[in-house]
Amino acid sequence: MSTFVLLLITGLGLGALYFLIASGLSLIYGLMGVLNFAHGSFLTLAAFAGFEVGRRVGISTWTGLFLSLLVGAVVGAVFAALTELLLIRPLYKRHIEQVLVTVGLSLATVALFEGIWGPDPIFMQASGWMRQTTDILGAPIPNDRFVSIAAALLVLGGLVLFLNKTRYGLIIRAGVENRAMVTALGIDVRKAFTLVFTIGGVAAGIGGVLASHYFGYVSPLLGGSLLIFAFIVTVIGGMGSLAGAAIASVLVAVLQQFANFYLGVGDLIVVLLLAVVLLVRPQGLLGKAAA
Amino acid sequence: MSALLTVKNLRATVAGQQVVEDVSFEVPATGVTAVLGRNGVGKSSTLKGILGLYDRTGEVTFDGARIDREPTHRIVQSGIAYVPEDREVFTMLTVEENLTLAARQAQPRWDFVHALFPELAQRAKQRAGTLSGGQQQMVSLARALINDNRLLMVDEPTKGLAPKIVNEVGEALAEASTSVPILLVEQNLKVIKRLADRVVVIDAGRVVHTGPAGELLDDPDRIQRLLGVSTEAHDTREAHP
Repeated sequence: MSTFVLLLITGLGLGALYFLIASGLSLIYGLMGVLNFAHGSFLTLAAFAGFEVGRRVGISTWTGLFLSLLVGAVVGAVFAALTELLLIRPLYKRHIEQVLVTVGLSLATVALFEGIWGPDPIFMQASGWMRQTTDILGAPIPNDRFVSIAAALLVLGGLVLFLNKTRYGLIIRAGVENRAMVTALGIDVRKAFTLVFTIGGVAAGIGGVLASHYFGYVSPLLGGSLLIFAFIVTVIGGMGSLAGAAIASVLVAVLQQFANFYLGVGDLIVVLLLAVVLLVRPQGLLGKAAA
Repeated sequence: MSALLTVKNLRATVAGQQVVEDVSFEVPATGVTAVLGRNGVGKSSTLKGILGLYDRTGEVTFDGARIDREPTHRIVQSGIAYVPEDREVFTMLTVEENLTLAARQAQPRWDFVHALFPELAQRAKQRAGTLSGGQQQMVSLARALINDNRLLMVDEPTKGLAPKIVNEVGEALAEASTSVPILLVEQNLKVIKRLADRVVVIDAGRVVHTGPAGELLDDPDRIQRLLGVSTEAHDTREAHP
């Protein structure tokens, strides 16, 4: 029983990280039709920024954690907004070039981060509450999992409120469905493009800081390795669907944890799940079927 | 009568394919100007070219100002509302959200659109995707009418609708045309007869006839030659086979 609980809650923690990345990916693709391969770079830079803050303020203190999360979110937001304004916007309506520029940025930033922080993982010497465990039904759950889950729930709630209660949220929901018609109503949809990139950057930034706690290290490859699973989550959930991303994040991560523990083939199971979804329901769990 | 909208040598392309060859015409500041033509001659593409939804060249002047280099949202903000073919309502949004999204001015004309389409007030919280085709057309028209625009561009508003709904849409357009000029693409000659003051006929991407609506609609031979329909048929059917 304790193993089941441990795997389940650890899976939920990993799912929370996947969701923090996949939510932005899904919104960006849904509204703009851009597969953002640079999303992992937002996460990695935010993780390093959070690490640097934590190192100076005290990585094991609550202040250090909150400050690193805040700085990670800001860094992710600024990096993402600049990427949209400087690289994506000049290529408006040229989707292939937009995707290629994000691929180029992801490769270039890994080299840049390796140049600054070195190619090897930097392990975090954290102690305190985040490194301790809490006993649930006999299972010792690392506390950082709870923080990740809480952060993902807060981001999900914030996004739902934003999308349903604000005019820009309305524009984004409409734009995901029919971007040209939003423009034909006299709305400058490009502002919404910058906004979804920024929101995606905030979520990825928070995810980056939490991922460094989850895995216990920061590395130039941290974002890239998580991005692969976030893409899988986005496709399984349905491109452009926030709820789909949330459901698929939990599904993929929990399945991955159980398959890893009992069979040692977690990654393979996730890829097989992706194949099954693509064969049975190509639009994903909550995605809209192509017309 | 002075022209509100002037289109000169408009050419439009979609994915490298030319869909409007060389279209020139004027829309006066009052009444309904109907764009007619057989299927696929470029009527809808002309509207999309004017709006910048398709890549285009040529000169488009609206109320004395060039708009052919402006992005679509600025053209619409300048006072040109667009009702697209096939309605294109946001199916996942409610009726109210569709209209709220479209409302640009500080005091949207909620009373006007609700008086024109009372059903939309009753169905405000219903998802637009669950409405009938006629109701969706009301949403599409209401999105255009909720602002004080200076020109409405309406693309095939009666397409695929039941005769009763066609009449309702015709009435709504007639009501709207008393306060704002309309550039109307329409295939139903009964609707054209009822609404249009002037006609522009397009064939193979070019304008082949312009003039008062009555002049064309009272001439069965010319209708047959330009539109490919007989006048006996158009009383009961759409204009095109």
